[in-house]
Amino acid sequence: MKYQVVIGLEVHTQLTTNTKIFCGCSTRFGAEPNSQTCPVCLGFPGALPVLNKQVVENAIRAGLATNCSITQRNVFARKNYFYPDLPKGYQISQFDLPICQHGHLDIEVDGETKRIGITRIHMEEDAGKLVHADIPGVDDSCVDLNRACTPLLEIVSEPDMRSPDEAIAYLKKLHQIVMYLGICDGNLEEGSFRCDANVSLMPVGSTVFGTRAELKNINSFKFIKQAIEYEIERQAEILDDGGKVIQETRLFDPNTGTTRSMRGKEEAHDYRYFPDPDLVPVLIPDQWIEDVRATLPELPEAKRARYVAELGLPEYDAEVLVSSRELAQYYEETVALFPQAKTVSNWVMGEVSRALNEDNNRSITDCPVTPALLADMLKLMEKGTISGKIAKTVFDEMYKTGKAPEKIVEEKGLVQVSDTGAIEAMVDEVLKNNPAQVEQYRGGKETVFGFFVGQVMRASKGKANPAVVNDLLLKKLKG
Amino acid sequence: MKITRSEVEHVARLARLELSDSELDTFTGQMDGILAYVEKLNALDTEGIVPTSHAVPMENAFRPDQPADSIGVEAALANAPLRAESFFRVPKVIE
Repeated sequence: MKYQVVIGLEVHTQLTTNTKIFCGCSTRFGAEPNSQTCPVCLGFPGALPVLNKQVVENAIRAGLATNCSITQRNVFARKNYFYPDLPKGYQISQFDLPICQHGHLDIEVDGETKRIGITRIHMEEDAGKLVHADIPGVDDSCVDLNRACTPLLEIVSEPDMRSPDEAIAYLKKLHQIVMYLGICDGNLEEGSFRCDANVSLMPVGSTVFGTRAELKNINSFKFIKQAIEYEIERQAEILDDGGKVIQETRLFDPNTGTTRSMRGKEEAHDYRYFPDPDLVPVLIPDQWIEDVRATLPELPEAKRARYVAELGLPEYDAEVLVSSRELAQYYEETVALFPQAKTVSNWVMGEVSRALNEDNNRSITDCPVTPALLADMLKLMEKGTISGKIAKTVFDEMYKTGKAPEKIVEEKGLVQVSDTGAIEAMVDEVLKNNPAQVEQYRGGKETVFGFFVGQVMRASKGKANPAVVNDLLLKKLKG
Repeated sequence: MKITRSEVEHVARLARLELSDSELDTFTGQMDGILAYVEKLNALDTEGIVPTSHAVPMENAFRPDQPADSIGVEAALANAPLRAESFFRVPKVIE
């Protein structure tokens, strides 16, 4: 039978606050195990949690950027379960009153726009980390509570996606937004952006969803696609054999590209939520929401539209340039100094990106060629001081040394030669040395022209002004 | 009956408690008595009253996002029954 896949996604984003959600311990990654803990995040009896205001602020930002309505009366709830990485025996989360609800994101797949609903976004604390430390003689599990009590936003989508590609498009869009908002560092490998996928199948044409499996432990966009694709195959096989899909949690194994059942956690799904008496309600007045709205950055979608409408960039350029907030900022700073949008775009997408890629994927914020340097170089090109070809040499030198373009041009003697007399001598020399090609050209084979241009440019070591070279060559060959 | 023996069994399992048959009988009886007593509250007319989640009339207790000192690894692990280097050590968890 033919099946339609139905996908809903739950994303846990770790917030980039300095401190944990309910205590002042640092959230820095990679510290000595249990060195960033205190009575609150260790779950010592009698310790009282106090809410980090920045977490609420970040949650409002996420909600506004994903078209949610903000819940004005928030209550935290205890989600009760036992696991060694959860010292209190409950996780502080939100239940029936999440901070954001009823939002959506528009994604594009194969040129079609589709709206994906966002059911809710809620604030919660992370659990600690269970590790199998490489300690001789210790076969037990080890617990590091540095991560316990780190603030998370759980962002839950509607089951609106109908293909792995739609799921990836939604995730990438969400990832881009939280990065633009600066509320999450977006690092999938370190677990700052974690995704669980709910996947089910129904016969094509049906509107009744099948039984779903929840896929966990997926820490890259590539793996998400793999996990969903594997799951579609697995469930289709079961259904084709007349079997029933069991509602369960399945763990993705990146080594085999398959998912396997995580039995034993099923009964624990009775979480017995109740309001946490240690945390008083959070009221969010309209004014607070408006204050946060006023601080939102221009989001990628709006930016892309503006680049096309106001700067006249092609869709493709706009899409690439807004892919990260930092890249867009680099581009905008350069355009502000050298207002030729398409030229700057070509350089940023071309030489700048190439140089950074070749330099171990260096970050754009760390690019030795600053927007000011790039703009200065483009100005030299515009004035005709250097040719486009020489500009690439100057760029590489700027990248290596961070020196100003004028200085590089001066030191290396790269000034473009526009002096007609000097170029004429080179042209004459080239024509004299290549009589056969001159014959061909005069006989009507005009494609040889490029050969002459190349020869003259080589003779000038790339410094001859190409326009002057063209003029002189034409004059001499026709004459 | 406000609570059944099997419900008590279920709750005990969730709390990782192992109860003997006679304990189950005892606790079922006691919990049933407690719930019956609390049940009296249902006699009150609460029409139009928002459910109370907190006993104190307070809201928006916040902390600024400023780091405070942690207590240090030694203090954190001081009461741990077992440790391995800087970790809490627990029976092996199999997933």
